Amino acid sequence: MSTFKKFFDSGTPWIWINAGAVAISVIMTVGLLLLLAYNGLSHFWPKDIMFASYAQPVSEGEPLRREVMGERVEREHVSAERIISSGIPVSASTPLYERELIKIGNRDLNGSDFTWVLTDYLSAISYPKNLTTFERREWGNFYGYVQEVKEAGASVALSDPSNSNDSRAWEALQQRIERALSIHDQIDALEEDEIGEVNYALERLRLQRRGLELRGTDTPERIAEIDAEEARWEASYEVLQARLAVLYDEIDRDTVVMSAMNDEVTEINVSEIVRAFQPNGMHIGNKLVVYAQKLWEFLSDDPREANTEGGIFPAIFGTVTMVLLMSVFVTPFGVVAAVYLREYARQGFITRTIRIAVNNLAGVPSIVYGVFGLGFFIYFLGSEVDQAFYPEALPAPTFGTPGMLWASLTLALLTVPVVIVSTEEGLARIPRSLREGSLALGATKFETLWRVVLPMASPAMMTGLILAVARAAGEVAPLMLVGVVKLAPALPVNGNYPYFHLDQKFMHLGFHIYDVGFQSPNVEAARPLVFATALLLVVVIALLNQLAVSIRNRLREKYKSLDM
Amino acid sequence: MNEQPKVTNTLEADTAAGAALAASAATLSRRKFRHLKDKIAGVSIAIGGLGVIAAVLLIFLYLVYEVMPLFRSAVIQEVSEFRIDSPHSDAVLHLALEERLEVAMRLGADGEAMYFDTANGDVISRIPLAIPAGSSISSFALDTDVSGIFALGLSDGHVLIAQYAYDISFGQNNARQVTPVIRYPFGEDTYELYDNEPVSKLSVRSSESELMLAGTNRAGEVSLLRAQRETSLLSAFNAPSDSDWETELTTLTGVLPPVDQLYLDVDRRWLFAIGTSGRLSLVDVRPAFSGGVAVIENEVALVEPNRRITEVSFLLGGISLLVGDSTGIVSQWFLVRRDGEFDIEKVREFDAGSNVVAMSPEQRRKNFITANDQGYLGIFNTTAHREVAYKKLLDAAPKSLAMSARGDGVLFEHGDGEFSFWSVVNRHPEVSWEALWEEVWYENYQEPQYTWQSSAANNDFEPKYSLAPLAFGTLKAAFYAMLLAAPLAVCGAIFTGYFMAGKMRRNVKPLIELMEALPTVVLGFLAGLWLAPFLENNLLGIFSLLVVTPLSILLAAFVWTRLPEAVRFNVPDGWEAALLIPIIVIMGYLSFVIAGPIEMVFFGGDMRSYITNDLGITYDQRNAMVVGFAMGFAVIPTIFSIAEDAVFTVPKQLTYGSLALGATPWQTLRRVVLPTASPGIFSALMIGMGRAVGETMIVLMATGNTPIMDINIFEGMRTLAANIAVEVPESEVDSTHYRILFLAALVLFMFTFVVNTLAEIIRQRLRRKYSTI
Repeated sequence: MSTFKKFFDSGTPWIWINAGAVAISVIMTVGLLLLLAYNGLSHFWPKDIMFASYAQPVSEGEPLRREVMGERVEREHVSAERIISSGIPVSASTPLYERELIKIGNRDLNGSDFTWVLTDYLSAISYPKNLTTFERREWGNFYGYVQEVKEAGASVALSDPSNSNDSRAWEALQQRIERALSIHDQIDALEEDEIGEVNYALERLRLQRRGLELRGTDTPERIAEIDAEEARWEASYEVLQARLAVLYDEIDRDTVVMSAMNDEVTEINVSEIVRAFQPNGMHIGNKLVVYAQKLWEFLSDDPREANTEGGIFPAIFGTVTMVLLMSVFVTPFGVVAAVYLREYARQGFITRTIRIAVNNLAGVPSIVYGVFGLGFFIYFLGSEVDQAFYPEALPAPTFGTPGMLWASLTLALLTVPVVIVSTEEGLARIPRSLREGSLALGATKFETLWRVVLPMASPAMMTGLILAVARAAGEVAPLMLVGVVKLAPALPVNGNYPYFHLDQKFMHLGFHIYDVGFQSPNVEAARPLVFATALLLVVVIALLNQLAVSIRNRLREKYKSLDM
Repeated sequence: MNEQPKVTNTLEADTAAGAALAASAATLSRRKFRHLKDKIAGVSIAIGGLGVIAAVLLIFLYLVYEVMPLFRSAVIQEVSEFRIDSPHSDAVLHLALEERLEVAMRLGADGEAMYFDTANGDVISRIPLAIPAGSSISSFALDTDVSGIFALGLSDGHVLIAQYAYDISFGQNNARQVTPVIRYPFGEDTYELYDNEPVSKLSVRSSESELMLAGTNRAGEVSLLRAQRETSLLSAFNAPSDSDWETELTTLTGVLPPVDQLYLDVDRRWLFAIGTSGRLSLVDVRPAFSGGVAVIENEVALVEPNRRITEVSFLLGGISLLVGDSTGIVSQWFLVRRDGEFDIEKVREFDAGSNVVAMSPEQRRKNFITANDQGYLGIFNTTAHREVAYKKLLDAAPKSLAMSARGDGVLFEHGDGEFSFWSVVNRHPEVSWEALWEEVWYENYQEPQYTWQSSAANNDFEPKYSLAPLAFGTLKAAFYAMLLAAPLAVCGAIFTGYFMAGKMRRNVKPLIELMEALPTVVLGFLAGLWLAPFLENNLLGIFSLLVVTPLSILLAAFVWTRLPEAVRFNVPDGWEAALLIPIIVIMGYLSFVIAGPIEMVFFGGDMRSYITNDLGITYDQRNAMVVGFAMGFAVIPTIFSIAEDAVFTVPKQLTYGSLALGATPWQTLRRVVLPTASPGIFSALMIGMGRAVGETMIVLMATGNTPIMDINIFEGMRTLAANIAVEVPESEVDSTHYRILFLAALVLFMFTFVVNTLAEIIRQRLRRKYSTI
């Protein structure tokens, strides 16, 4: 007993409890990063497709037999009671059953992508080499055997699904997919770039005409000019349409006949297929290639299927553009404010108060900035701008609606305290002797500032800017009010004059996570993609932070020797 | 900064010296230019710097600017005054204003609808109603101003139903033309209520397919009439005509004492019959039309005995009855259903000054206006229990008044054919301190409640703008987050700042600070989609984790002190935390493993259903516990970082002195370090709290966002911030709803700003104290 008393009196247990708190925090942080990394990165791995027969017990008679074909996603233990209450009469003598979530895909045939099975009732589990995964533009993944490839309705190649070495149809399919993909690229280019340009030009002409009307300068000559130009664009539109029709005919040429589980046979248009592979037959090298392809698609492609599949390129692009634009606003203003506070303002009660206020603004909830941005920038400033400069587009708002410009201004306001605080810290670290030396040599105050102080403080400004960028990249709440959308029709920077479309809405990584994870109809299927997006966002922000920290540390080392 | 004078002195000296040396004019002008540049830079930096700070201040001012109109009273201004000479109209039955305020209608007791221009009183048209020859009007009843349907009781016991309306057409140049019309939606024929006996009081309610009339004769005997559209095959194809109505007449004689005034409710189920003494009988009339007898459901005295009921009117929606009396008190009553019984409850009272002579409800909002015998106009909102305006507009009591559909104009008739027309600006009557923060008794509710429900599908919806459940939800979320974050962060900070070895500290601190940079949308996503289902399936595991972890840490500590010195001295001081990591991971894993069998034995295999079924506690999958974990996680680094600073910067001579005097490290920590660092730790907690209060994405994603007031850890909540994020994009600009959301933002802003400022001042004080030691 006395051992315990001595142990407690010594205070050691409390020290250990405190140590435990640190340990728990560390475990939580690392655990969270690992969880994200595992779930985010495993999404792109081409998983093997299981083929098994499943006999689900029923209350009377023979068990319900069916085939199950798909990716094994996860497994868990469930009490017998819960299984029985869900309508499957299992024996209550075994308390826990293992059940597995299988991604069976083929949403067009099955209605849903996933099914739960009890592992105990799975039998004849095999991984046939010729089982094929299709990633499609619609309806999610398809799993099945390639049976026959047809060109314009005529059979080209046949395979026997039960013979896993019969790959004739599979080989014939490969080139056809390539062909369809390249036509699809052409269609995309035609629709988005060329036809997009025509539409944009026509819209501009419409606005011009309306503008002339509003100003009362719609002379017949000007109107005729606009008419002529419109006719020219219409003509080129006709040409493009004709080309498009040809391509659409081309892309629909090939089809593939697939046999799915439970002997269902279906015919799929090759143009629907984005990627096809036979994971069971692939060795690790092949799988890595597919992995890299899918990762690249994720980073560089447009989203498909209501954002639940495909890539997130527009979201990355939107985030980066918005953050860059914000940097353009926030850097000069933040630095000027910091220079004023530290170098020009008389130090006293008022500067101290301002400093505290600026510091605290960093702690004001971001949603408040969002509300301010919406009310002040969009509804107040934006509608004024519209009335003054874009009357021809009214009542459709140009700047009086959420968009890129207002989003970056709002975030600039949100992050300006970060830049001010960091720059001030940098300015404070510059030894007084340097300033006095410069002044003693006859430089004016501004020259001292411009030639001596600011260059030395530039790493601090960089730190502030990087921290601001990291914060802005992760903010979602204010952006939901001032500019992000779930799907933007065009990038905010594109080939149409004036190239930068500051009034456009944009996609954002953080909002993408919220939207796909919580607003999409098929959350279960979209979850891996959200994990991947979250991982990307965390990695980017962590790297930016590390960069800021290392710049700060270098800066400290650098001026240590100057300090006296 | 006092370099400024020095610089100028040097420059002046320079200049003087230069002149003496007869420096070239070029050098001189160059110096002047440099000097000018310096001045310009100084001024522009000052302007820029102050500008940025002003911009930041603008946020606060703009929020206040958006919120201010909520608390403004209504503004009433006279537009026009005119007199219409009418040869044959004496008494006025009803006044109404057209939606755009251009045209008004006056229904005279002689059975003539007169339409006139509100700007100057020019009569547009006079339309006589189809009153049968030989009879005159003995009573009047309005269904609602929205429908324009009214009933006229005639001296021969018949009733005529008509509707005043406007045909709107757009002529050339899109000019709006208003043509007044009188329609007879229930036929031009009259309905017989009494046999050759004047109808002295009348009430009417109608829908597309049904009409109900209730009337009394001079003796106060009540007759009821119901007309239903015949659902014959033909009537579906033909335009409705008189013959399509099937009528049924019944009487309440014997059921009710003599009735002075009577009102049918909007569902045509209840008859509010008021006797001469001001006693209200609530009558269920449905049985009377299904072969039975109408039943008196309840009785109540509407006014005190010495007072007289002067005006009665239904509020928008037809649920609340407004009763104005001779002393100027207007009381609001509605039916409350309790255990299948209907009670008539007095909900609240308004003071309209003196004897209410006219009263009218608004058609879009829960407002009503009153006029008293002193000529005062009162505008009130029932939900907010607010007097929006009370102003003397007339010299004497008006004869009648009309309020426009949008509540932006009032028309009075007074004196002999005199009219005065006033514009009203009354944008946000629904807001008052009571409506925002106190319990409010809403229509159809059993009792006063705190409720947030800002919109609904129907037009006559009573908006419920109580910020109380949102503020409660905000604090609840912050509370559960702090429950996790405060002990972990503060204990961790103490260990890291005081005990931890320097090398480990340099690695641990940036790692935990990296947590701070994690986007909250990622935390929210993990909380909602990964943690919430995980917790639901592993409830017992989580609870056992809470017990097992501290115990295993203590056990590890005890075992460690018992180990031979040879082992212990291998690990230098301050590395305890590193030793604990594997122990906690293993024990944590084990606590989930043992939870399974324990759950089997004690909770029937499923703790989640045990909580709902056996304990009767509501369990939402996305609940306060999930938010506590996720937001706690987000707040830990904030608190940790500041608290660690406070502990670490405690001057070393203090701790060394204490240790040198023989105190153990723990004693030094408790008696020396903590008291010195406690203000810093306190300010860290406050800043963490501020962050938890304002966090949006985590609560948005990890709770069900239902605005309830319940401290239950297994239920969700809706916070102010999440509410703003959800509702602002959909709210109409400058509407009351929009401004209330701005008010919520202002509340958040003020709260966090005050908390953070306090924390910052405490911290700065602490820093100054350290620097003097």
